[in-house]
Amino acid sequence: MSDISTLLAETCTRLFTDLVTADSLRAAEAGEWPGDLWPALEENGLTRPLVPEAQGGVGLTWQDTFPILFAAGYHAAPVPLAETIVAGWQLAEAGMAVPDGAITLADDQTSLDLAGSDSAWHVSGRLEQVPWAGSADHILAIAKNDDQRKLVLLERDRISVESDTNIGRDPRGAISVSDASPAAVADLPNGFMPAPMLLFAALARSAQMAGAIAGVLDLCVEYAGDREQFGRPLAKFQAIQHQLAILATEAAAAQTAAQYACRAVDVTPRASLAIQEIATAKIRTGEAAGKAAAIGHQVHGAIGFTEEYRLHYLTRRLWSWRSEFGAELLWAAHLGAVITAGGADELWPHITSLPKE
Amino acid sequence: MQAFNLDLCELPPSAAALREEVRAFLGETLAEFAVAGRARSWVGFDGDFSAKLGARGWLGMTWPEPYGRERSALERYVVIEELLAAGAPVAAHWIGERQSGPLILRFGTDDQQKRLLPGIVAGKSFFCIGMSEPNSGSDLASIRTRGVRADGGWVINGQKVWTTYAHKSHYMIALVRTGEAGDNRHAGLSQFIVDLSTTGVTVRPIRNMIGDEEFNEVIFEDVFIPDDMLVGEEGNGWQQVIAELAFERSGPDRFLSSFGLIVEMVRRAGEMPREKQSDRTDIAIGRLVAHLITLRQMSLAVAAQLDAGVQPVVEATVVKDLGVAFEQSIPEIAHELFGVSPRLDGGDDFEKALAYVQQANVSFSLRGGTTEILRGVIARGLGLR
Repeated sequence: MSDISTLLAETCTRLFTDLVTADSLRAAEAGEWPGDLWPALEENGLTRPLVPEAQGGVGLTWQDTFPILFAAGYHAAPVPLAETIVAGWQLAEAGMAVPDGAITLADDQTSLDLAGSDSAWHVSGRLEQVPWAGSADHILAIAKNDDQRKLVLLERDRISVESDTNIGRDPRGAISVSDASPAAVADLPNGFMPAPMLLFAALARSAQMAGAIAGVLDLCVEYAGDREQFGRPLAKFQAIQHQLAILATEAAAAQTAAQYACRAVDVTPRASLAIQEIATAKIRTGEAAGKAAAIGHQVHGAIGFTEEYRLHYLTRRLWSWRSEFGAELLWAAHLGAVITAGGADELWPHITSLPKE
Repeated sequence: MQAFNLDLCELPPSAAALREEVRAFLGETLAEFAVAGRARSWVGFDGDFSAKLGARGWLGMTWPEPYGRERSALERYVVIEELLAAGAPVAAHWIGERQSGPLILRFGTDDQQKRLLPGIVAGKSFFCIGMSEPNSGSDLASIRTRGVRADGGWVINGQKVWTTYAHKSHYMIALVRTGEAGDNRHAGLSQFIVDLSTTGVTVRPIRNMIGDEEFNEVIFEDVFIPDDMLVGEEGNGWQQVIAELAFERSGPDRFLSSFGLIVEMVRRAGEMPREKQSDRTDIAIGRLVAHLITLRQMSLAVAAQLDAGVQPVVEATVVKDLGVAFEQSIPEIAHELFGVSPRLDGGDDFEKALAYVQQANVSFSLRGGTTEILRGVIARGLGLR
């Protein structure tokens, strides 16, 4: 980690520790925008770490950004931080200006139509389950223009939103646009079929999941140390120790898989070449998320099932995040098809050749 | 925050050329080596193969001059993962190169080093580990093999068991009780180098459930061990054993034991007629590969720390626990995907590999520390005990 990255991670942890509390999470899940947290993140450059300095960002690598996403997951931060980080980076990569405020993104490649020309573009269509739709100031999406795909940036006041929420109780509303003028339009690079938003938001979710799993582990260790039954702390029971050991192995695997994919994005000549590493991260962190949530609740007993105790802020998000931007199913089908097509004798050479620098 | 020290490792620039060199060697040397043999992974024993590795300078390569070549632990990692991925028969030199040699380097006398290390590096002198006894498995400190002072050395009586390849080894490093335990049951233990050709040593193979002879019982009846075969200090055996065990956790052998079967699963999936191939196969293989890639990165991260002189005990144990669970999951997935009955004599490579791994599988979570012991170590690292 670079010095600036260490500094940002510390700032992140301090802000989340102070501002993401049980009360603020409850308020956010009831639909209240965290009006003190978001400006604090923006002021400290945490919302655009990947945007080059020339474009008003911090110019970090994905590896250096990992701790920010990890911390956001660890604290279940109820803000579109991961979305804004990825969208800002995508905009900068596409040579588009990065607007102020929160930006969300959608990976749907088929539901928006773009008409017109450079002098006047119009977007129409409907996107389902857009993270933080209605809260974010801008949405980065893909629209079809004849047989071309283009990146379009939409402003919040040009869209209508039907609210919906995932079980993390973060907004996942549907948006509709009708002949709306986009704030900006750019070409999508050719020869790259998965939506870049799908790919890089999957990576961001992997890092968030690694953080949230670490958060579950810490809550469990703390609780097992405090709670006594049969005259001794739960932590002293071998059955509990072994469950938490399994949880720790999953936390370690999630952390490694997500970091590895971050490095792959940094070192491959084109970020989109890191697709297999990102697939690996999303598959592995997704599996770990399911196991971690199950163990976390089992170790906590009934208290973990209450609204009052904070475990569920993490576990409900883990269940949501693992299915967003491609569940394990989607990424494993992709990775497995690549491996099978490569052939049995290429399996090992292939694994050791990643990431392709 | 429980942060694991698993910073990603970048292999040194020399690794790529070394990897190609090892691959070329293996391609040539193992050209005729059947899949059923490869499936045995690091349990496969072939002294001639070990000697060839020694001749190439790939044994003890991290050891200091004049014994080793002072290469980095990451270069050694590359050699070992290539050997394991190819299913090379590495068992003959495995223990000596991984554990006994490093133990002798760290605690042994100059004379012991001069006498024993060249044979290990040459791939001609084979070692086994004398720890477990009939009534001492996971509870190692309870061993009862005794060493009693005699003129010019020690006389040893007792019995070791589950001693892998003792019947094909030249030496055993035996953990022996030489003093009373007293309040500290870890006290009074010492390690000796036992020449297995010594009078009074009886080695009997114990046939395992696969029908193979790999592990043994070893009986000591008034076996005389000269003073100069004591390793390290008398009574310091427990500390030395702990250090020795740290050499064996987290290596690529902890997740590549079933790799040969994965290769055959990919082959079988690829050979299915396109209309019969399904997302189901792709998804299962995709998941396996995601686990494999992650484990390799975790194992490399630990190797990089070992190279830097750090002993990441918890992280190394995490890798072993996770790696073993992964290895053991493979036959079940193979069964789910293909529903093939494993066969001993007939059948194709996949069926033969499955036959071996399905049976050997149950031993993976026993050797080198059971899953239960490993989870206890991790729990201690978490501050639970």
